[in-house]
Amino acid sequence: MADPVFAALTGAAGILVLIILGYMVVVTTLTAWPAMQSQGWSFIFSTTWDPSRGQYGILAFVYGTVLTSLIALVIAVPFSLGIALFLTEIAPGWIRGPVAYMVDLLAAVPSVVYGLWGVFVLLPGLLQPLAVWLSRTLGWIPIFAGPGSGLSFFGAGVVLAIMIIPIISSLSREVLRAVPSDEKNAAFALGATRWEMITGAVLPRAKAGIIGAVMLGLGRALGETIAVALLVGSREQITASILKPGYTMASIIANQFTEATGDHIRALVGVGVVLFIITIVVNVAARALVWRMVEA
Amino acid sequence: MKRRLFALSLLLAGAFLLCSACLVACGGVPRSPGESQDGSTDGSSTVRLEGAGATFPQPLYLEWIGAFIQERKGIRINYQGIGSGGGIQQLTQGTVDFGASDAPMKDEEIAAAEAAGGAKVLHIPMVFGAVVLAYNLKGVEHLRLDQESLAGIFLGTITRWDDAAIAALNPGSELPATDILVVHRSDASGTTSIFTTYLAQISAEWSASVGQGKDVKWPVGVGGQGNDGVAAVVRQQPGALGYVELSYALETGLSVATLQNKAGNYVAPSLESTLAAAKGVDFPEDLRFSLSNSAAPDAYPIVGATWLLVYDRMESPAQAVALKAFLTWCLENGATVARELNYAPLPDELRPLAQAKIDQMQ
Repeated sequence: MADPVFAALTGAAGILVLIILGYMVVVTTLTAWPAMQSQGWSFIFSTTWDPSRGQYGILAFVYGTVLTSLIALVIAVPFSLGIALFLTEIAPGWIRGPVAYMVDLLAAVPSVVYGLWGVFVLLPGLLQPLAVWLSRTLGWIPIFAGPGSGLSFFGAGVVLAIMIIPIISSLSREVLRAVPSDEKNAAFALGATRWEMITGAVLPRAKAGIIGAVMLGLGRALGETIAVALLVGSREQITASILKPGYTMASIIANQFTEATGDHIRALVGVGVVLFIITIVVNVAARALVWRMVEA
Repeated sequence: MKRRLFALSLLLAGAFLLCSACLVACGGVPRSPGESQDGSTDGSSTVRLEGAGATFPQPLYLEWIGAFIQERKGIRINYQGIGSGGGIQQLTQGTVDFGASDAPMKDEEIAAAEAAGGAKVLHIPMVFGAVVLAYNLKGVEHLRLDQESLAGIFLGTITRWDDAAIAALNPGSELPATDILVVHRSDASGTTSIFTTYLAQISAEWSASVGQGKDVKWPVGVGGQGNDGVAAVVRQQPGALGYVELSYALETGLSVATLQNKAGNYVAPSLESTLAAAKGVDFPEDLRFSLSNSAAPDAYPIVGATWLLVYDRMESPAQAVALKAFLTWCLENGATVARELNYAPLPDELRPLAQAKIDQMQ
């Protein structure tokens, strides 16, 4: 404790953050409480969202949030792991810097730009044709049942995937780099090929950290608002097909907040509270896993 | 040592919070956004007016504002397109000097606004607009839809373009054997209000199951954000059909459908057919009216007005004078610009009634 004033100031900053976080949780829950109470358990378990009749059931939004995030993970994880493995194990030194930099740059693009690019470029160019093709050729599988639309869980999931790739890949890179080279050399010495070395010596060690990175990406995908609002199709329904339009918790808040009054606003704040809880749980679990890996 | 530091940190954090709470309580937000705290206009002699509301007339209002402040130096006006409902809310909360809405305020909304502002709310109609059905069908130049088929498409009972009902109305066109992608608004809007009012008038089933309003539970379709969002989706998705204001369809070069009006005639949307909808309408005293489903023979069926909403008494006399001047200027000189941008200016019967409302302001 060389400088007591400095220590006190930084301590104050930390405490302030905790107070603000606690204040946010308390105020939002109190605001939303009357609406959630009037609906009872059907607030979470009903799919009927009809403000004009005073019915607020958010199940369709929870479903949409989880589904779009899952689709994003399914697409993003292989890509991110591939990028991370390529950059740490395979790429020559002079490539690593620029490529890593460009991947991290993807994280700097604002969400609304992703949304606009998604609607004006990706939708006609890739999402809509792909969705229609998938529903025509694989439509007998329930998750690809038609009519396929680019504005759907699938469309939102693809753009979300692009947004979370930089997070997962940069964290995975750190985790992979932390694997001691002794183990890798030992695998080579035993006659392993590069691929066998990766699957045998690197990945098992890095597993916990990579899972943590994936969950952090999931945390971002759960809360993403504008890009998803523009691409998800704005239709509250629970359906097995990912090619049909849907709705997420963040998008319903973004779309309806400016016009809502009274109980409608309180219900929307309630949606926010539920989203808040889900995101916090996912983030805390992720941090715990990543810490465990780094300290090991 | 550590415990003392922790206590000191706690104290500093608390002190900071207390200071910010004080600042918020003392500063506060002035109810009239164009004024500074003590009621005078800011420093120089510039009067500032803030407005917010519907996105439909936004291109027109911005043109009018630009022209007006060029002529009358010393007045600055700012307009934000946040949606009709947002405009009504902001007026009630006192964060804007005037609101704009494509749907007249409901009785409850008027009561709330008058209670909050302590003055009467005036509806001043500015222009008329048509809500058109934009579609994306290659090779189909003129699509005709009658009342049953239009309602059927939006109710989800008609799902394909080559449905017998649509084919019968368009014998000369080749309709594809694909699904209709219905596009509606995902945000609440006056455009939706105008369109759903019309649907409720022509279809008992729509009126019973869905109803009308700025935001409804759509039976089918995907949602786009704002007029531009819907226009973008229609423009890019083959087989899409969505409703937008006429000016957006014309700006983006979308094909629009010809609709059957109450008299049974098929009318294409245009300035003339929009104005024709106002013929023979009995305007009520508070100027809240609907032009939907007009009986005039050459009228386009889906027409609505857009209003500017003001209080008849404003806190600052300078602002009241400026706002009155702006509104009068728009009514007297705004017609040419309105026509250029494909908005229909008020007909001669209505203009003096609107001016009389403006004169009530002080």
